[in-house]
Amino acid sequence: MADIALSLTKVDKIYQRRGKPPVHAVKSLDMAVERGEIIALLGSSGCGKTSTLRMIAGFEAVSNGDIVLADRRIDQLPPARRGVAMAFEGYSLYPPLTVRDNIAFALKSARLSAKDVEKRVAEISRLVEIEEILDRYPSSISGGQQQRASLARALVRRADLYLLDEPMGQLEPQLRAVLRGRLKSLLVERRMTSIFVTHDQTEANALADRIAVMEAGVLQQFASQKELRDRPANLFVATFVGEPPMNVFEAAVENGERLRFKVTAGPTFDFASSEIPLPVRQAIGGRERAVVGVRPHAIRLGGGLNEARIVSNQWLGDQSHLAMDVAGKLLVAVSHKPIAAKAGEKIRYDAAAADLHVFDAATEAAVSHGLETA
Amino acid sequence: MESTSFIERILRGAALSLIVIFFLFPIFWILLMSFQTNEEILRIPPSLFFTPTLSNYAALITGKLATVSGTLDIAFMKNLWNSVLLSTASVAIALALGVPAAYAFARFKFRLGEDIAFTLLSFRFAPPLLVLLPLSLYFQALGLTDTYVGLIWVYQLIALPLILWIVRGYFEDISPDIEHAYRVAGHSWGRTFLRIAIPLARPGIAAAGLLAFIFCWNNFVFALILASADKQPVTVGALAFVTASGIQYGQIAAAIVLSVTPTLALALYAQRYLVEGLSLGAVKG
Repeated sequence: MADIALSLTKVDKIYQRRGKPPVHAVKSLDMAVERGEIIALLGSSGCGKTSTLRMIAGFEAVSNGDIVLADRRIDQLPPARRGVAMAFEGYSLYPPLTVRDNIAFALKSARLSAKDVEKRVAEISRLVEIEEILDRYPSSISGGQQQRASLARALVRRADLYLLDEPMGQLEPQLRAVLRGRLKSLLVERRMTSIFVTHDQTEANALADRIAVMEAGVLQQFASQKELRDRPANLFVATFVGEPPMNVFEAAVENGERLRFKVTAGPTFDFASSEIPLPVRQAIGGRERAVVGVRPHAIRLGGGLNEARIVSNQWLGDQSHLAMDVAGKLLVAVSHKPIAAKAGEKIRYDAAAADLHVFDAATEAAVSHGLETA
Repeated sequence: MESTSFIERILRGAALSLIVIFFLFPIFWILLMSFQTNEEILRIPPSLFFTPTLSNYAALITGKLATVSGTLDIAFMKNLWNSVLLSTASVAIALALGVPAAYAFARFKFRLGEDIAFTLLSFRFAPPLLVLLPLSLYFQALGLTDTYVGLIWVYQLIALPLILWIVRGYFEDISPDIEHAYRVAGHSWGRTFLRIAIPLARPGIAAAGLLAFIFCWNNFVFALILASADKQPVTVGALAFVTASGIQYGQIAAAIVLSVTPTLALALYAQRYLVEGLSLGAVKG
């Protein structure tokens, strides 16, 4: 049986606002995190990810449901007794204390010996590269340095769970890549169960074992990066995860001798039924309409049934992004080789059955992914 | 910009000098008057040259006021002590009540919260005379007339709203996450309030306390109506110098100098402290 560190069961957060309708920020959230696992909460702003983090930390009351950490129910405990460490998006360093004292603060109140405190502060500040500014005050250092100090303050403690709210939002890209690697190895080495909030997919992919995609207060999918990419649970996840996003079109379905998806004024994806496994054909069933999706990397260029006008063709140094005018929107294709075609020219394209994602037109839930059912 | 700066500097200097002279001259004149006899003060034209005398201060400190019609007993030193006691106690109580209340108003949204805060503020813009008549009736019924407790209570009308509203603004400027960070590190809510919120709002608390002290010190009408000579502060006590045999300008001037001294000293001390507090500045998250 998996070793569960944190579990959220049917957790709701409803903000009651005076004279305004209440806001249901988090809806019936279920989530189980294994010990030592690194989780990313990914979503656009206002999706409920920060509310979730704050409920776990204890700064927001849980409206419904319960939270269990390290076999203790914590949702009614004060933050001090929950056994969590947190790094805040706004850094929240104590202005009257030096960076060193800010980091050592929690250790001192946990009654560690001065020698141990010094050793741990030195160790963590080396990791986030703030050794030179340890004796300065928060008001005299840059935003990026404050962020690293805030991260160090959270990581230096021993806790059952580490909550990191946008831990690297303010860092320069190069430093971010370096720190990400170090942070990951620290978390893995010490088996530190952690949840971090981000809107940066690269960061989520690089750091997290599993990613929880949230939207409108609902957990859309909680899975590994590969699973999110290959088997998105619904249309939202399909179009949110991945860069550039998945191309999706509503299409008329013909599921008989051939399996055919016909997009009005757009492409037709046409396959012999023998190409498609029976369970997939059965899942698609008799529906007349569906949403079909193809990842930009899976668009095959230079051949096939369909033709479209090129709107732009950009070579990004290691890949080409080709935008085509299809059914009133842009279809984006990515190729790892330079493409000679210019804007205004026409190009033929197609997609393989194995790369086609099918979603229900009404519920937007996934029906099939390539040759497998959802 | 460069070409106008010279003229601008001169004009600005002149304007500032004018303002300084306008406001400081009366104080300077009072200081001179306090070392003059009544005859010298009333001399026309007035002169800057006189033989300084300490008789005014001596009269205040000994409590014996010599006038042409005999010697009067005055309670100036007692009044001064009353002022110190009333103002200090009022501000201390207002801080003890107002700072936690300000924190609550800043951090928590509760039913009728804004209404309560506004009601407290409204004490500041209601004229004192509006409440004095009913208050004096209550006080007689409750036996609070002419007591320190009664006056300190009434002084809360002055001090509490001031402290509440100024300190509330300071608390609102402190990111709640600074407190959250402290709480998540294993500290209770109460400890966070004492160790993080109050120290961060200290410049605001000092400013509010100072203002409240000055307002209490300068209050006249509450003590005039609600207390007798024995409990009255200097502001009311100075009326004793308007005697049957004339107004004792010299003693009034000396009394003013003596009564301004504590607030002036406090203001100078706290000003240094305020500047220090504000230049630390990084209350933002």
